[in-house]
Amino acid sequence: MYRYDEYDQQIVNERVMQYRDQVRRRLSGELSEEEFLPLRLQNGLYMQIHAYMLRIAVPYGLISSKQMRMFAHIARKYDRGYGHFTTRQNIQFNWLKLEDTPDILADLASVEMHAIQTSGNCVRNITSDEFAGVAQDEVVDPRPYAEILRQWSTFHPEFAYLPRKFKIAISGGKEDRAAIYAHDIGLAVTKNAQGEIGFRVLVGGGLGRTPIIGSEICEFVPWQHILTYVESILRVYNEYGRRDNKFKARIKILVKALGIDEFKRRVEADWADLKDGPGTLTIEEVDRVASFFSDPFYETLPDHDSKLNEFKADSRSFSNWLSRNVRPHRIPGYAIVVLSLKKPGNAPGDATAEQMEAVADLADRYSFGELRITHKQNLVLADVRQKDLIRLWQEAAEHELTTPNIGMLTDIISCPGAEFCTLANARSIPLAKVIAECFEDLDYQHDIGEITLNISGCVNACGQHHIGNIGITGVEKKDHDEWYQVSIGGSEGNDSSISKIIGPSFTFNQVPEVIERLIHVYLRERMETERFIETVRRIGHAPFKEHVYATDFMAQEEKVADKHIVEPAQYEVPYYSPRF
Amino acid sequence: MIIKNKTIVADDWTVLRLQEHDTAEDIIVSVGKVIVPLKVWRAQHETLQQRKDIGVWLTSDERAEDLKDDVQKFSVIAIDFPKFSDGRGYSIAYNLRARLGYKGELRAIGDVLRDQLFYMHRVGFDAFAPRPDRKIEDALKGLSDFSEVYQTSFNPILPLFRRTQRKGNSTVGTLND
Repeated sequence: MYRYDEYDQQIVNERVMQYRDQVRRRLSGELSEEEFLPLRLQNGLYMQIHAYMLRIAVPYGLISSKQMRMFAHIARKYDRGYGHFTTRQNIQFNWLKLEDTPDILADLASVEMHAIQTSGNCVRNITSDEFAGVAQDEVVDPRPYAEILRQWSTFHPEFAYLPRKFKIAISGGKEDRAAIYAHDIGLAVTKNAQGEIGFRVLVGGGLGRTPIIGSEICEFVPWQHILTYVESILRVYNEYGRRDNKFKARIKILVKALGIDEFKRRVEADWADLKDGPGTLTIEEVDRVASFFSDPFYETLPDHDSKLNEFKADSRSFSNWLSRNVRPHRIPGYAIVVLSLKKPGNAPGDATAEQMEAVADLADRYSFGELRITHKQNLVLADVRQKDLIRLWQEAAEHELTTPNIGMLTDIISCPGAEFCTLANARSIPLAKVIAECFEDLDYQHDIGEITLNISGCVNACGQHHIGNIGITGVEKKDHDEWYQVSIGGSEGNDSSISKIIGPSFTFNQVPEVIERLIHVYLRERMETERFIETVRRIGHAPFKEHVYATDFMAQEEKVADKHIVEPAQYEVPYYSPRF
Repeated sequence: MIIKNKTIVADDWTVLRLQEHDTAEDIIVSVGKVIVPLKVWRAQHETLQQRKDIGVWLTSDERAEDLKDDVQKFSVIAIDFPKFSDGRGYSIAYNLRARLGYKGELRAIGDVLRDQLFYMHRVGFDAFAPRPDRKIEDALKGLSDFSEVYQTSFNPILPLFRRTQRKGNSTVGTLND
């Protein structure tokens, strides 16, 4: 993985000093809250309902065991013993004191980490494929380019006060695992017919209030020009993006308003001036950065371990885990392991300090000391020898990290919701918990097969509900109840689509029954090996809608409420539960 | 007082801002060094271009290209930041310097605060009129927040990877050493 040189370290150290002074000025009253706000946001610090929340950057989700141990340290020393991995491949700590945050940054800087631009109206953490470098379908390893973009975007002077936040994702596989269609800029690094490396560039995708799938602005930007091309996109956005209305300020609105052709014309007019200028990448720089991502010392191994098959036959739970959580690796004898942070009953993406230390140990023993954080809020050990899988599974199981549910119904993506977030209209985590418990039965889940369920506490869509096969959005809190909209038909990856709302909203207690009914229709209607999303696409929304609303929903509430005893939301005294 | 070339200096320019009842055509531009709004420059072009002591300032929704034909006539161009969070002025500055080759004083006016100065300097501002309710000495410190930067902009034009020889992976150990 990438390692800081003296320049990177100096920049991060100077950031700690700058931020320490900003906090000092805030605490002394020299800075008003209004002035401090964009400064702290550009350092990932939010003021939430109960405390400050700090979002720490994990560039493109790649992290060393040492860095993971630092998270455990932060969780223990400054927080309540746990952290939350997010859809931006970052980690958030929810219970911090402002006074402590400069020290946290100093601790992070000691392991080559920071919280730069994890929020604010600037270029955010760049996300990428969690299987980068190890996936069998990879065309080009996106990690060196992700790191080059990270450096380019860090403290970019011109784009620190954009109309709105700006998210870039980069993917290098045949299959898009970075949701590049749902980003302000989506980059697919690829090769042309001549074998030259370049980028397919998408622009104007995004979720939130106005979900839009990104449009292709250029089919192939040669690698030398990617920084200048991205710079021109940002400049056109900075100049022309709307600033009168926060809800219409994202680049997707500008791209829609101008049309992709006119937007492209402006970008390319700007770029004509920059092309071949000083921002043009050099092969030396790409090679230098790529040297950090060269292969670890893989052993020469047979591709099939016979012991694995024997053990599989003996242990159904191991076999389940193998089929759900372990993926093929491009190197014979190796495997990619996804550690699930979605054990039903836990908050999706949460990990305790003990779990963080455990995964750091596992990474050291079984995966060259590296881990990845997925945008689906799980962890990945990317380079595990197949012959180590049994031991790894046994050890990870002790820390509740082996729930065999990756890609299945209980692998729920969820934002923190109303317990933590000032924007949310409704709770997310307790709903995720109730749904997960409802579908805990593994046989049932395996029968349902591949499906994605995403929960957001509000329209801002941090839980990316628009690209879930089933999406749930908190819409309002009223009469001590919370109301959720349910949508279906969303997906990410190569066949990205935006889900559509099925009808009127439901209360907290009704939602699990709604999910049951949606699944029922799918199981009834599916053909052969069809996945949920494929059935929705084939038969449309009507049969689902019809069945969900077939009987009076309020009459069902008793039954559902009996099944899942959930405290009604108490907004006078904020509901709080750090772990369940 | 303003910050210019990283020092605090006296300033003999006046920034003319139109009040509600003023019009660009009728406002009287006083004698002496005055930085006038672009609108006024355009409306009173005939008379103002005779003077050597006129600067111009742009609002954040005007563009560098608006000065395309006139840019070399000014010794001072200012860009207004109506709110420190409005970042259009950064692109205007970059375009004035990098695209239009403007060489004179480029001044940030309006809601100009310490924590923005470093970025402003990088896109080409060399003069700053910090908000009057703030200590200008404090604002000056904002110019030296960082001693190194990664990317190209106006200042420096060369990105780090073209300015220095950086090390690749062969010379460092792993993070877990």
